[in-house]
Amino acid sequence: MKYIDEYRDGTLALSIAATIAAEAAIDRRYRFMEFCGGHTHAISRYGLEDLLPANVTMVHGPGCPVCVLPVGRIDDAIRLAMRPEVTLCTYADLLRVPASGGTSLLKAKAAGADIRMITSPLDAVLMAEAEPAREVVFLAIGFETTTPSTALSIDLAHKKRLGNFSVFCNHVLTPPAIRAILDTAHLPPDERVQIDGFIGPAHVSTVIGTEPYRALCAQFAKPVVVAGFEPLDVLQAILMLVRQMNAGHYRVENQYIRAVTATGNRLAQSAMAEVFAMRDTFEWRGLGQLPHSALRLSDAFAAFDAERRFCVVPVAAADNPACECADVLRGLKKPADCKLFGTTCSPEAPMGSCMVSPEGACAAHWTYGRFRDRIPARAAA
Amino acid sequence: MCLAIPVRVEALLPDQMARVTLGGVSKRVSIALVEDVCVGDYVLLHVGYALTRLDPAEAELTLAMMHQAAVPGMSAMAGAIR
Amino acid sequence: MTAPRLRRRKLDIKTGLVDLSHGAGGRASAQLVDDIFRPAFDNALLDLGNDQAAFDVAAGRMVMSTDGHVIWPLFFPGGDIGSLSVHGTINDLAMAGAQPLHLAASYILEEGFPLADLQRIAISMGRAARAAGVAIVTGDTKVVERGKADGLFITTTGIGVVPPGIVISGDRARPGDRVIASGSIGDHGVAVMSRRANLGFETEIVSDSAALNGLVAAMVGAVGAGLRVMRDPTRGGLAATLNEIARQSRCGFHIHESALVVRPDVAAACELLGLDPLNVANEGKLVAIVDPAAADRLLAAMQAHPLGREASIIGTVTEDDQGFVQMTTAFGGDRIVDWLTGEQLPRIC
Repeated sequence: MKYIDEYRDGTLALSIAATIAAEAAIDRRYRFMEFCGGHTHAISRYGLEDLLPANVTMVHGPGCPVCVLPVGRIDDAIRLAMRPEVTLCTYADLLRVPASGGTSLLKAKAAGADIRMITSPLDAVLMAEAEPAREVVFLAIGFETTTPSTALSIDLAHKKRLGNFSVFCNHVLTPPAIRAILDTAHLPPDERVQIDGFIGPAHVSTVIGTEPYRALCAQFAKPVVVAGFEPLDVLQAILMLVRQMNAGHYRVENQYIRAVTATGNRLAQSAMAEVFAMRDTFEWRGLGQLPHSALRLSDAFAAFDAERRFCVVPVAAADNPACECADVLRGLKKPADCKLFGTTCSPEAPMGSCMVSPEGACAAHWTYGRFRDRIPARAAA
Repeated sequence: MCLAIPVRVEALLPDQMARVTLGGVSKRVSIALVEDVCVGDYVLLHVGYALTRLDPAEAELTLAMMHQAAVPGMSAMAGAIR
Repeated sequence: MTAPRLRRRKLDIKTGLVDLSHGAGGRASAQLVDDIFRPAFDNALLDLGNDQAAFDVAAGRMVMSTDGHVIWPLFFPGGDIGSLSVHGTINDLAMAGAQPLHLAASYILEEGFPLADLQRIAISMGRAARAAGVAIVTGDTKVVERGKADGLFITTTGIGVVPPGIVISGDRARPGDRVIASGSIGDHGVAVMSRRANLGFETEIVSDSAALNGLVAAMVGAVGAGLRVMRDPTRGGLAATLNEIARQSRCGFHIHESALVVRPDVAAACELLGLDPLNVANEGKLVAIVDPAAADRLLAAMQAHPLGREASIIGTVTEDDQGFVQMTTAFGGDRIVDWLTGEQLPRIC
């Protein structure tokens, strides 16, 4: 597969890893956060941490839209789906996320709610067109990678004059989340994560460009390297971060030059600006209430806003008190540090969203990496 | 950040749609977010929409930089600081 | 004077539908058997027309297996629910090293199911059974009301006989044993998914559904008791199979991703859907665990058979009380291969 296989070359990986080991100063620690859940997944799936020297470590970030969605929003979605006239369309990623009272979208579906899995917002629009008797609600999640697609689908529904299509919008923004991770000066020392630099998200950046990270680099004096998704991209980005740290730099660098530009995708940005408006504040699991960090439908498109159409009254829901997703999302704890990990919490019976989403830190560690938690080495055959 | 896959544009279709392929598998997707798409272009596909075109020259440059990075001690490429 | 003979109207297979009378056990049921199943399955035991089949028992250890089939869609590239069910049960018997002898098939039909489709499925089953040297010697049909079955459900049961001295079982893997996969993984699952409308992709990928008893006979012939475990990685894929065996044998595995065979278009489809080929179902492949001294001989025997041409040694059994299936990625790093939770779903993130 072109533009994929060549960036998965194992031999080249070992060589770049050797360079990282050679250039990372022995007496220094290099802690980098990969913001994006897709990078977390790639790091785990390819066993990249095995290739890095001991003093270069990765901290998993909150860039997983499933993971940061608060329980209360899933509860709201389930309540919508339980209405007899509603067909709720959702990405598969959300189906198993635990909601309040031990339920989930999947369990609500088993109990009779009309919940359908889709792989594109376009499917939801076409479904609304094909089934005029149903109220089709699209459960929209995602960072800026996914938001333009939702915008276009709302635009299409508008052009088709559909009266039975609406969106329950949970789109969130990347720069405010990075800021929330970095802005720890007001927190007690034991709640601050030591992060020396970021691997910036790949596909969010194709949309927003690299410009939005400049202010963050300057304010917090941390380098950001925007990296592609393939394992060689991640390794190269780590090398670029090590080099910046060694040189005392804190700039935005673009490793993903084949897909990302400084200014991003103008068409996508204007589609988003037309259809969406900024929420004053939004609750993020793990990061709390963040101002100007999420989107709602603009007034011009109010007719397609499920929250207005169905008078959704947000009911704040508490996470399971023993669940440490909040700390894992901020990089304060590793999955194995959570008491529930592997005991009560597993993919079969997830307690929190970090375990359900395939790119949640806990799910990634469980699926690919938990063998490292035990002490004795495996016996070679 | 989310799963986006490089696919090849095989044919342009009406209503800003296109037929794309990856390794023999084909799909109908929207190209409304990318300007001036041509047959033969590679685009990044995410939830049924193409997000951007992949630049072949930059892709080559990236691979060249990776091969350079494979040799420790080589001075750091200026790396596209944009 | 003789009584008038009742003129029997032929079953309208072309446009007819299954209705509740076909499951009632009366004339309509008998007609379904006579006009569709008996011609398709074509064997003397079935033609006797009894509710059971009686046959002599072979000497040795007998093996029995049963499976329910609820696949949707019913027809997919490379097969249908019928051929799948026959292959599936034959393979379950073969995985014990057994030679399959007889099959039984029972059907739950939904009212309104087209007779033409039923005939197509029955013919497919007869063909699949004959190709494997087995017959469907007894069966049953029931009909349920519209909406109570997805078209039809099939349950197949089979019996077979194991050659003397052969004991193949999931708890027999020992550290040091070699693990062999018989060919490419992920073909069946992707072929079926490509027919599910809500996933929206097109491909030429064909299911690998096949009867493995011939391949198994060659394998048993080549290494005999050196063969310790065999299993076909169906639902849950290779990942589930290795984890099951790890649990049964209380061992671990170490496999190499670069030794696995994945067709480029299967790899591409998995990329598009965000799936791992290790978790995708196969219906014509097997995993064999063999004494290291016999591994090369077994591999050669498999590669000499049409269904084992792409067989490869993928790894080794390890001592591991936690039962991890560890894999060295093509990249050089290590990860584990876990079984998937619940239904396999495509992801966007």
